[in-house]
Amino acid sequence: MEEILEILEKDGRATPEEIAKMLKKKPQEIKSAIKKYEKEGVILKYKAVVNRDLVRNEDAGLRALIEVNIIPQKDAGFDKIAERIYSFPEVSSCYLISGTYDLLVIVEGKNIHTVSSFVAEKLSCLENVRGTTTHFLLKKYKEDGVILKHKEENKRIAISY
Amino acid sequence: MKISKKVDQMQPSGIRAFFDLVLGMKDVISLGVGEPDFVTPWAIREAGIYSLEQGFTSYTSNKGLYKLRLGLHRYLKSKYDLDYSPDDEILITVGVSEGLDLVLRTLINPGDKIIIPEPCYVSYGPVTELAGGSAVYIDTTKDNFKLTPEKLEKAIDKKTKGIILNYPTNPTGVSYRKKELEALSKVILKHNLICISDEVYGDLTYDFEHTPFPTLPGSKKNTVYFNGFSKSFAMTGWRVGFACGPKDIIAGMTKIHQYTIMCVPITSQMAAAEALVSGKKPVEEMKREYRRRRELVVDELNQIGLVCNKPQGAFYVFPSIKKTGLQSLEFSQKLLKEEKVAVVPGTAFGQCAEGYIRISYASSLENLKEALRRISNFLNKS
Repeated sequence: MEEILEILEKDGRATPEEIAKMLKKKPQEIKSAIKKYEKEGVILKYKAVVNRDLVRNEDAGLRALIEVNIIPQKDAGFDKIAERIYSFPEVSSCYLISGTYDLLVIVEGKNIHTVSSFVAEKLSCLENVRGTTTHFLLKKYKEDGVILKHKEENKRIAISY
Repeated sequence: MKISKKVDQMQPSGIRAFFDLVLGMKDVISLGVGEPDFVTPWAIREAGIYSLEQGFTSYTSNKGLYKLRLGLHRYLKSKYDLDYSPDDEILITVGVSEGLDLVLRTLINPGDKIIIPEPCYVSYGPVTELAGGSAVYIDTTKDNFKLTPEKLEKAIDKKTKGIILNYPTNPTGVSYRKKELEALSKVILKHNLICISDEVYGDLTYDFEHTPFPTLPGSKKNTVYFNGFSKSFAMTGWRVGFACGPKDIIAGMTKIHQYTIMCVPITSQMAAAEALVSGKKPVEEMKREYRRRRELVVDELNQIGLVCNKPQGAFYVFPSIKKTGLQSLEFSQKLLKEEKVAVVPGTAFGQCAEGYIRISYASSLENLKEALRRISNFLNKS
């Protein structure tokens, strides 16, 4: 049933009926498999991948990757402090990683001011945060497996043997 | 200026005008494409680019890069336990198309007959005739598009030199199981014919294991096996194919090849060598995707009333349109004009395929779904 995930990762809008046809299963089986995936958190949500570069309004926003060095807390290790950080609505992703720093935090803000004030006034002030390095994102080339370009023209000739 | 009689008499494709019509129209959803809708996997493209950066811009050996021939030797050995020597039993060609031309010119004496099951790929007949042979077609429409040993036996006479088999088949998607192939090979061996086996869609076989013709008992010595990178690795534009067969035939083919082609472009050969190394995973992914589309398309077509069997390979379905009362070309033209969906009339692949159309599911699911909706619309109107 892993193939269901392969299909949905490519097209989140594929219906259970279509998937059932493709995999030669009953729609009901597909529906319950998807439900199970959703319940177990294998499938977390369905969303559109938007190419923000083409949306030219002021709210298009700014993204920053912030490397955060933290002092782990007694008993709870990194988890407790990570929770304090990822609970901020500005944080869109938060990962614990190996290497020279501990947390990689991705922050979305309206502009450079909102992002920097988040870092300066909220993140850096947390008592277990030892230091931060902020990288502003300049350009997105590929996101979630999708190459962000204008819709590609068809390169094949329209009819051939 | 008068052109040669031979070329003058070659049948121009009857549906050229239809193709031009398609090419001239905008916003058409085309299910008429005979090549994968995937782009060559990146690792393979990168190998081509890297070879250019490294300055590989020269000729290669006529037979093809040794590295590639060795890679093919290993690939065929491990995949099918098929043993062709990289030294003198493998020739790298400009796609299977060139290979077919070479083998026919190598084998045919004036008047020799070549048996071709129909419907078939468009080039088989004309290239046979151009080589001085005569094409003998066997109509397979009443046998689920499969050649039967009985019909093959019947078609053979003293002048018969060989047969062109193609499985999985373009345009029908039909393929043969090992048992069926064994039955055919018995007839071929009995009459000492050469089997020219075009297996370019071999990797795209969905319901059972693909059996290369030369792996059948006793068949290696009278088979020339053709395959290429176009379909399985989505590399149509690179133009790399290969022929494997008995030394003397490969040597004959190499002679023509060295005078006419010299060698396959080195960039393409370098990329193809990489395909054998890193292409397996993307190929498996593409194959799964094709199979899913096949299920959807066959199911939908039957539901909207275009009856078709489930093809076992390639990326084509070949439904009957007889119940519409229209001829293949007429149907295709009307569908194009009224619903902007392009398919290929069955008659492109032989007169016996009147009443059928070829639908290619080498197109995104999104396009397939929309096209099927439009075809259904079209059928409801007429």
